[in-house]
Amino acid sequence: MTDAIATVQGLRAYYITNAYGVRRTVKAVDDVSIRIRPNEIFGIAGESGCGKSTLLRVMLGMIEPPLTVLAGTMGYTLDGRNVDVLAMTKAERKWIRWKEVSYIPQGSMHVLNPVRKVHDTFLDFITVHRRAPRSQIDAIIRDYLRELGLPLQVLDSYPHQLSGGMKQRVTIALATILYPKIIFADEPTTALDVVVQRGVIQLLKDIQEREKNTLVVVTHDMGVHANLCDRVAVLYAGQVIEEANTEAIFKDARHPYTQYLIQSLPKMDDKSERVSIPGRPPALDNPPTGCRFHPRCPQAMSICREAMPSLHTVSPDHRVACYLAPGKDND
Amino acid sequence: MATERDANLLYVDRLSKAFTIRQGLATTRFIAVNQASFTMRCAAPEILTLAGESGSGKTTLARMILGLIPPTEGHIEFRGQDVGVIKRQNRRAFMRQVQPIFQDPYATFSPLKKIESYLYETVHNYRIAPRAEADRCVDDALQSVGLSLEEIRGRYPNELSGGQVQRVSVARALITNPSLLVADEPVSMLDASLRMSVVNLFKQLKEQKGVSVIYITHDLATAYYAADRIAVMLRGWIVEQGPVEQVLGHPLHPYTQILKASVPEADPDRKWRDRTTLAAMETEEYLRSGCRFAGRCPLATDICKEKEPPEVQAEGRAVRCFLYSQP
Repeated sequence: MTDAIATVQGLRAYYITNAYGVRRTVKAVDDVSIRIRPNEIFGIAGESGCGKSTLLRVMLGMIEPPLTVLAGTMGYTLDGRNVDVLAMTKAERKWIRWKEVSYIPQGSMHVLNPVRKVHDTFLDFITVHRRAPRSQIDAIIRDYLRELGLPLQVLDSYPHQLSGGMKQRVTIALATILYPKIIFADEPTTALDVVVQRGVIQLLKDIQEREKNTLVVVTHDMGVHANLCDRVAVLYAGQVIEEANTEAIFKDARHPYTQYLIQSLPKMDDKSERVSIPGRPPALDNPPTGCRFHPRCPQAMSICREAMPSLHTVSPDHRVACYLAPGKDND
Repeated sequence: MATERDANLLYVDRLSKAFTIRQGLATTRFIAVNQASFTMRCAAPEILTLAGESGSGKTTLARMILGLIPPTEGHIEFRGQDVGVIKRQNRRAFMRQVQPIFQDPYATFSPLKKIESYLYETVHNYRIAPRAEADRCVDDALQSVGLSLEEIRGRYPNELSGGQVQRVSVARALITNPSLLVADEPVSMLDASLRMSVVNLFKQLKEQKGVSVIYITHDLATAYYAADRIAVMLRGWIVEQGPVEQVLGHPLHPYTQILKASVPEADPDRKWRDRTTLAAMETEEYLRSGCRFAGRCPLATDICKEKEPPEVQAEGRAVRCFLYSQP
């Protein structure tokens, strides 16, 4: 337990709504355990609606009804201090927010205040956390943008004057200017062009390498995971079904879903026929019994319909939840 | 000559579109599409990809082909008829033949209407079939995209997955039995795993029904997979055009090379090793004279900044770059 910066243990987070007497429970995160190590780039993969963003919300402590945590723990170890996200005091929340734990939200090109210049947004951001004369803060902002290779003209622009890729890079600069220990990025490159996407990934990687902090990247794009991450966890219907280092995920995927996810991607030098995964992800308010992938799995056996396979270790650092990949239980 | 023109499904000749931006007293002419030319033939249905970054003029070109905005210069002919002068009564016939598919499947359909109503409306508006046969007509279109009327009847868009809704919008376009589909970024809102279902559908339509598709995307991997020909656009110019295996297999234009190198491959052995530079301010690229790529091009010379490169034929494709033009 000592070598993890963020630990999720047996987490169950459901959306519970009760409208007009109809009670609906959406099991967005169901029994997830993840340990994120310091100084690594950790990827969370999966189709839309598999609970990626909900997991992130819990990890960031953004738990508001209808999202309810039913079981499990989520904590950070920051500077030798343990913070329980599910029971944070106001002071702790203020301490970790942006300075220790930072967040690049999904669709972050729309998060900048449209009626303020970028420079003012930066000022607002820093003055809350750091007391310093204005000139000193200005210097911090300029130095940081220069460090990241962003043109200083952006500071005098309104967000609408910037292109999507530039807004995204400004948001990343904002989220990292206080040198947080752990950064969460939710779909940081979706909706960007390939060339800009590459620039943004390069920027995230540069920041991580220089500051030696931890980066958690949530995206459905397996190409981004292959290029950026050290370890990847694949989520399906609210559960982690495979977790391994990037090499193993792409070369030795053991779960049929992960195999599908990788094989369905077109490659630049290969025109052979590719098929998308049959069927569609299950509705999370009424997930299938047993292994949640069994209705779409070509190799489903009778046991798959009855009981959910546990996430077990098949080789060091490689965990799979599938009956086809035997291994020893680590719990 | 006339017969040859009739054999062209779509003939686009030096098409340009300029927008005028007025800021106070200053006016800037902003050329969104610059002398685009290409031909699609009736006899050989194909998937033509228009690729490029956002702001490269892909959508403007598509809107001109659909007849939604008039071109500033040049002309478009559909089966030998100028799209710009197609008369009112012919307009419906033209729209029947050329159908659009839009980017965001959830924005295409109103969330308050049942999704099948769009299909019935199309049957009705284009007078495809009498009311009694509308069901069969709608079902046929849905069957060809791998759905059925039974599956979607009475459903609202939010009850279907993104891939399904996008396939419904393809089905809607197919009702009129078109010969050309103009699909503007049809997969960019979909998960990578669902993209293949839409892209495979285009391939299937081309092979089985002889429908040509203009597939607009910035996703080069699906473009390579599905398309026959590709036109790479940069700030309004088509900089490289030819068979997809050649253009993406061996890109000649430095911009195409950078585009290709930027596709993240799902293979940890092929991570990017070198670094890339992004355009600092995008508007600057439109307004520069000479080659629009000269500011970012690693091989730019003085002439690139002064003159616009001519289109030259090289290795089975057309490319706009001074590297390949003989002095």
